[in-house]
Amino acid sequence: MSLDFSADAKQKIEALCERYPSRQPVVMAALHLALKEFGALTDDVLRHVAQTLDLPYAHVYGVATFYVMYKREPSGTNTLRVCTNISCMLRGGYEVLEAFERRLGIARGQSTEDFHLVEEECIAACANAPAIVCGTKYFLDVKPEEVADIIAFLRANPHPESEVV
Amino acid sequence: MTCEVGYTILTTHFGNEDAKKIEVYEKLGGYQALRKALKMAPADIVNEVKASNLRGRGGAGFPTGLKWSFLPKDATDVYLVANADESEPGTCKDRELMYWDPHQFIEGFIISAFAIGAAGHNYIYIRGEMMREYVVMQQAIAEAYQRGYLGKNVLGTNFECHITMHRGAGAYICGEETALLNSLEGLRGQPRLKPPFPAVKGLFGKPTIVNNVETLCNVKYIVDKGGQWFADLGAGRSGGTRIVCVSGHVQKPGVYELPMNISFRQLIDEVCGGVWPTGATVKAVIPGGSSMPPLDASELDVLCEFDALMTDERIRPCEYGPDRVFDMGGGRVLRSMAGSGGIVVMNDRTDLVAACSRIMDFYKHESCGQCTPCREGTNWLESVLDRLERGEGRPQDADLLLDMSDNIGGKSLCALGDAAIGPVISSVRKFRDEYVHHVEHKSCLPGTTRYRRLDMPVAH
Ligand SMILES: Cc1cc2nc3c(=O)[nH]c(=O)nc-3n(C[C@H](O)[C@H](O)[C@H](O)COP(=O)(O)O)c2cc1C
Ligand code: SF4
Ligand code: FES
Repeated sequence: MSLDFSADAKQKIEALCERYPSRQPVVMAALHLALKEFGALTDDVLRHVAQTLDLPYAHVYGVATFYVMYKREPSGTNTLRVCTNISCMLRGGYEVLEAFERRLGIARGQSTEDFHLVEEECIAACANAPAIVCGTKYFLDVKPEEVADIIAFLRANPHPESEVV
Repeated sequence: MTCEVGYTILTTHFGNEDAKKIEVYEKLGGYQALRKALKMAPADIVNEVKASNLRGRGGAGFPTGLKWSFLPKDATDVYLVANADESEPGTCKDRELMYWDPHQFIEGFIISAFAIGAAGHNYIYIRGEMMREYVVMQQAIAEAYQRGYLGKNVLGTNFECHITMHRGAGAYICGEETALLNSLEGLRGQPRLKPPFPAVKGLFGKPTIVNNVETLCNVKYIVDKGGQWFADLGAGRSGGTRIVCVSGHVQKPGVYELPMNISFRQLIDEVCGGVWPTGATVKAVIPGGSSMPPLDASELDVLCEFDALMTDERIRPCEYGPDRVFDMGGGRVLRSMAGSGGIVVMNDRTDLVAACSRIMDFYKHESCGQCTPCREGTNWLESVLDRLERGEGRPQDADLLLDMSDNIGGKSLCALGDAAIGPVISSVRKFRDEYVHHVEHKSCLPGTTRYRRLDMPVAH
C-alpha cells in the first residue's frame, strides 16, 4: 500500500489528537482530510486512516459508511447540493434540480467530470429557498433559468467541498 | 432583515460583513460581557440564567438554567458542547448567527463554559455541509486565541478554555444530543439510551451540557444586562427574543428576531408581507421545524411562544383516533411545539399529502436504523403516503397512517420517531378531506400542487 497522508495532513491529525482525550474522535476529521488527499474513501484509504489513528479497520469502515458526505467513490469536482426539502420544494426546488439534470445530462446522485449532483435535505437556508450549497459557496433564491450561469461560474471558479478540512 | 415589530439583539450584526473581524467586534462592545462574567462567581451566572427564563433554542425549549443545575455538584471534568448541527427542515438561524457574528457565539460559549465549570477542552459540533460557516468559525476562534479570550489563561485569569470545531459529515440524527456526543467521540452517530442524561454522563463519560448555538449566544446578554432584563424582554415563562426563520409561501421570507408574544397571524401579515402569491390564503403552518405538528388556518392567533404552542386550547390535540391521544408524558397531550423556530407557511394551493410525503421521505432517510419502530415505521409511513400521492391509496389509509404512528410514538429510542409522526397525525386530523380525496379521486385536490413529479425516483 503506497498511500500516505501528506506531511501537512499528518501534522493536522497529530495536532487534533492533542485536543481530545484519545485518537478515536479524530477519525471524523481524518476522513475529511483523506477525502481531500485521496479523492475517495476506498478500502485502502480507510485502512490507512485506521493505521494512522491506531483504530480497527472495522471501526473506521463503520464510521465512513454512516455519514453521507464521506464519498466512497471518486466524484465530480464540484458537489452541487440542491435542497428539495419542504421549504425549497414549496418554492420550486425540484424544478431547479431537474434543470441541473437536463443541463448536465445526469441524474441526481451521478457525476460528470466537474460536477456531482446531489438531491440534498434542508441546508439551513430555507428563507432563501430554493437553496444550493457547493463547498463554501451558497446559491440562494435560485431560479431554474439561472442554472446555466451557476454551472459556468463553478467551472470558472471550482468550489470542491473536500478543500474544507 | 429589519421589520417594525422586530428586535436587533442577537441579530445586530446581520448584514455587516466586518463584524466577524475581532477588532471590529471589540469596537462594537464585544467581549465586554466576558470580562464582566470572569469577575462574577460562576454560581451567580447560573442564577442569572435561571432568573432569565432562557429556554433552549434547539427544539425542546428546556429551561437552560435548570439543565445546567443537573450537573453533579462537585463535578470536575465538565464539558460544554455547542450543537451547531442545525438541520431541522425549515430552520436557518444558527447558520446565520455563526456566519454574521461568530464572536458573539464564541463569547456566549466561553461565558457559559465558565459558568458551568467546563474548564479545559470544549467543542462545537458543526454540521458537515456548513462549510462556509466552518471556515468563518475557525478564523474567529484563531483570533480569539490570539487576543487571549481562549487558551490556558482566559484574559489572564486561571480559567482555561479551549474550543475545537468538530465537523460532522452529513447525518440529521447527529443533531440529537446523544448521537452528537457519539459522533464527537468518533463513533457512528446513533443516539444513546437516556438516562443517563448527558449532564450526568455525557462526552467521554463525563458530565456534559449540550446547548444550541442561539441558546449560548443569549447568555452573553443575560450577563451583560441581567437575568431580570432578559425575562422581561420575553413573555410568560420564556425569556428573551425569538429568532424565527420564515419560509415557504410568504411575500418576505426571512430570519427575524421578534418578541415572544407575536401571533402567527401577525407574523405572516405584518412581518412577512402576507401570503405568497398575492391572493392566496394560508392552508397550514409548520410552527417550529418539520417535526412539529402543523397548524391550520383557524389556529393562527396562537402565539409563537413555547408554552402557547404546547398548551393553547385553540390548537387541536394530536390524536391517533377517538380517545387515543398522543401522550407526551404526565397526561399532557401533544398540540404543537415551538421547536427550532423554523416556520414554514403553506398556501391553499399546496397538496398537504405531498408535503407530508416529502417530510416523511426525509425521516425515513435520516432514521439511524437503531430501533425497529422508527426504522420500519418511517419506511411504512413513507410508502403509504407515496401510494396515496400516486393515486394508489386505499380507503383505510388515513387510519392506517394513524395506527402506524401509534406504534412509533413514545416507542422509539430517541425523539426522531416522535418527530416523524408529528406531521402525520396532525395533518390527518386537520386535513383528512385531502387524504380522502386522494383515495376517492386518485388525484390531489383540484387547484393544489404537489411540486414534484411522481415518475422521478428519489435517490440519495
Ligand atoms: C432528531 C433530532 C434532531 C435534533 N437536531 C438538533 C439540531 O440540529 N440542533 C440543535 O440545536 N438541537 C437539535 N436537537 C435537540 C438536541 O437534542 C438538544 O435538545 C439541544 O441541542 C439542546 O440544546 P438547547 O437546550 O440549547 O436547546 C435535535 C433533537 C432530535 C431528537
Ligand atoms: S428513534 Fe429512529 S433515529 Fe432514534 S435511535 Fe431509533 S432508529 Fe435511530
Ligand atoms: S428546506 Fe431547503 S434549505 Fe431548508
